[in-house]
Amino acid sequence: MNAASFIPLLLALVLSPLMPGVINRTKALFAGRRGPPLLQTYFDLWKLLQKGAVYSRTTSWLFRAGPIIGLAAALMAATLMPLGHLPALIAFPADFLLFAGLLGLMRFFTVVAALDTGSSFEGMGASREVFFSALTEPALFVALLTLARQTNSLSLSTMFASSNWLSSSIPALVPVLALAVIALMIVLLAENARIPVDDPNTHLELTMIHEVMVLDHGGPDFAFILYGAALKFWLFAALIVGMVLPETGNVWLNLSLAVGGMLLVAVIVGVIESIMARLRLVVVPQLLVGAGALATMAFLLSLSLK
Amino acid sequence: MLITNLILALVVLTNLKLLGSSRLGAMIRIVAAQGVALGILPIFAHWQEFSLHFALLALGTIIIKGIVFPWLLFRAIRDADFGRQIEPYVGYVASLVAGVLALGASFWVCSRLEMPGEIASPWMAPVAFFSIFAGLFLIVSRKRAASQVLGFLVLENGIYTFGIGVAVKTPFLVEIGVLLDVFVAVFVMGIAIFHINREFDHINTDRLSQLKD
Amino acid sequence: MIFALVLIPLLAGLLAFVLPTPALRRGLLVGTALVHSALTAACWKWTPAPALGGWLGLDAAGLLFVSITSGLFLVVSFYVVGYLGQEANRHAEDFEEGFLFDNAPEAVFIGCLLLFLAAMTLVVVSQHFGLLWVGIEATTLASAPLIYFHRHHRSLEATWKYLLICSVGIALALLANFFLGVAATQTAGDGFPMVLSNLVAHARELQTPWLKAACLLFFVGYGTKMGLAPLHTWLPDAHSEAPSAVSALLSGAVLNCAFLGLIRVQQICVAAGLGDFGRSVWIALGLISVVVSAVFILGQTDYKRLLAYSSVENMGIIAVGIGLGGVGAFGAMLQAVNHSLAKAMLFLLSGNILTRYQSKSIARVRGLLTAAPATGLLWMAGFLAITGMPPFGLFLSKFTILKAAFDSNHLWIAVVLLAFLAVIFIGMTTAFLTMSQGEPEKTTSRIADRWWQILPPALLGLLVLWLGIFVPDTLSNVLHQIASTLGGAQ
Repeated sequence: MNAASFIPLLLALVLSPLMPGVINRTKALFAGRRGPPLLQTYFDLWKLLQKGAVYSRTTSWLFRAGPIIGLAAALMAATLMPLGHLPALIAFPADFLLFAGLLGLMRFFTVVAALDTGSSFEGMGASREVFFSALTEPALFVALLTLARQTNSLSLSTMFASSNWLSSSIPALVPVLALAVIALMIVLLAENARIPVDDPNTHLELTMIHEVMVLDHGGPDFAFILYGAALKFWLFAALIVGMVLPETGNVWLNLSLAVGGMLLVAVIVGVIESIMARLRLVVVPQLLVGAGALATMAFLLSLSLK
Repeated sequence: MLITNLILALVVLTNLKLLGSSRLGAMIRIVAAQGVALGILPIFAHWQEFSLHFALLALGTIIIKGIVFPWLLFRAIRDADFGRQIEPYVGYVASLVAGVLALGASFWVCSRLEMPGEIASPWMAPVAFFSIFAGLFLIVSRKRAASQVLGFLVLENGIYTFGIGVAVKTPFLVEIGVLLDVFVAVFVMGIAIFHINREFDHINTDRLSQLKD
Repeated sequence: MIFALVLIPLLAGLLAFVLPTPALRRGLLVGTALVHSALTAACWKWTPAPALGGWLGLDAAGLLFVSITSGLFLVVSFYVVGYLGQEANRHAEDFEEGFLFDNAPEAVFIGCLLLFLAAMTLVVVSQHFGLLWVGIEATTLASAPLIYFHRHHRSLEATWKYLLICSVGIALALLANFFLGVAATQTAGDGFPMVLSNLVAHARELQTPWLKAACLLFFVGYGTKMGLAPLHTWLPDAHSEAPSAVSALLSGAVLNCAFLGLIRVQQICVAAGLGDFGRSVWIALGLISVVVSAVFILGQTDYKRLLAYSSVENMGIIAVGIGLGGVGAFGAMLQAVNHSLAKAMLFLLSGNILTRYQSKSIARVRGLLTAAPATGLLWMAGFLAITGMPPFGLFLSKFTILKAAFDSNHLWIAVVLLAFLAVIFIGMTTAFLTMSQGEPEKTTSRIADRWWQILPPALLGLLVLWLGIFVPDTLSNVLHQIASTLGGAQ
């Protein structure tokens, strides 16, 4: 743990609310509008923190605890994620398991808080969310396992640090890498409630998955949820960027490339959201299993090459 | 070898997509794309022995599998309601999972086989076996006659992949003969499907069950 | 000469699609059949030289099978000419369900028949495994339109099953070809022709695991076409829905072509030292075929399906014969010849019965001997022939195979075979006797059979009778030649 390993965490904390702004700006530009300012999320967070919250009499302590524990878990996960070939604050072998576990904890408490309200809409959204995450977990793990096997290490920091296998001596690994990245992209879209899995702009509760679970939170609670979601997006994008980032030798160049990569991922998500429609709910499991199949395919292909 | 591997990865992707797909029009196009990819595979797999023979065969395969077959099949099903979803015997998600398991099994089996001679890429034989499995699975698990024809085409593609990658140099005449046979087979099957659709007003083969003991 | 054997039917078939009048087409059919048979007869006298660098050639097995095919086709072509005169382009009413249906255009039927002959000839003369494969696939494709002659949903169902099952099986046989090629890479490196003589010569150097895998896949692939259980499921449907002349050809000629492919595989196995492995597969598949066919023959209600299952049974007996080797192999080859003739005769007669009684159901056919004496007599003769009664030829061949079974170390094979043959005999007797005896219904037509309905089956029946009493030396020599390449204990 040295001073440099604080940088990924700092960047995550400061820059993650920028991501939703970039996505919304991209979507607006695609639609021919000017769109909201890039820093809109910061303003929203500030506004929400000033407000008061209203709590229903049917809820219990779980409803109040949900957003707080969710944010705490996301912050913990951020300490595990390296960026730009700089090691993360906390790194140990098999830390990606803890990473997935923390994200799971965040999801669990969001779901529990939603169920605590006793409303049927939240219940529906909760069941869908849990079902879809069950299908994305294998894809995430297998993609990370592929990387782990290639780099012979089990810690996220070392996996991504030696990840200049993009330009490595085995050019045949390019298809494997491409498949793993596509699988992770689908996982990102699913976990962060983006089209084609969930529409963040819908106002119809029957069609919501993630939105409906946070429907009843207001004020500071909603600020925590918003910030936690931005952090989660940053973390998943960091996974993808870490896989493809080349090693240039210069720390500042690496970092700028990394941040640029994150913004590029946000733009890509914005573009996907603009050109695709949301899939029917019966088709989403096929998509997610397809992502798992892609990741497995990458894993199997990499097995026979080394 | 990189391009060979890219083509083989594309073949696996198309197979997986077929296993999970339900729309007949999309499936026909995917099989056509697979045929074209396999048409250009011999050129890259046997880069050192490039000759007119390979180029001609590649051209013939691309034209027949990429243009003629989709045209034949679309004509055969033009009266059938091919946007409709007919539930197959094995659901789409289960098919995808079975496909992934089969991919793993193919890699495992091929790691145990000793391949004689020079092979263009270590992925050749596993991908071939996987395509064979995918084709057989499509034939067995789908009810629509056109899906069964597509399964047959995928089966042939897998066997052809094995032939290119692993087997001895097959004489030109035999390769042409095989291609011609597959062409005529698809032609005849296409006609049969057209008749089935006219006769029964559907192409659901699980309702073709009148002849039995 | 070999080129002529294949090319003449091929060109005639293509020509048949464009000829304008039915008379011309039917004349072309019979003419081509006559020329083809003449060429085949000539091959017995003057052995033709191999062509295409050894890819095409007539060895003993090829000569035998091309003779069967050619002779059968000639006899059936006369039947077809008469049949088409009766059936052609008439809107008919279906017997069982009463709807109206069309027949296929006659040009398509005759053209496909001739192409079918060309494909079968190609299978028989090819010495190269790849070309053999092309030929067998071609027979499937040429015969599919023939099954779909009566255009209604049942025949369409039968055609679809036939097409799909046989094509999948044969595709697996292609994979087997590639496995065989891989097995040969050690010896040859480049340019190893997959010609039978070459493979047999280098057989000891073929890699065993690949050869075994190839052998099994060949059994799956060509076994489907041959009608060995459990891959026989297309057989009953295709035979019962096709016109009787086509069923005769399917049972009498095409099953033999697939059998020839398997014989070639066995020849390689024996030369490579895997003879025992091959033989155990033959026996296994043969016994399963006999058992399965026995189950479905007992209590069968459709007489054409009965004949189809009987084909499965006979193929099973042939397989067991090859599996036993030595004398058994000789018996199997003799059985192949006799079965083709007898089964074709029975199928042609079933066509007569169908036209007269308008039903495929055994229960509805009564008093055949009274209503149509000639057909009835031949039907009984055919029954005696196919169940292996002396003095018909099948008795001799079945007896030889059973003797080989008793002489081998595996007595249980003989016991199982005998038991199920008895069951089959009972099943077939019930069917045939109930059909022949008794009084026909008032509504049954009493029109006398025409010459084309009687002469071809009678001729085939006489041949089977002759072979039962006396096997000519030339034929016997050829059969022994083939049996010796298939090895096995004496």
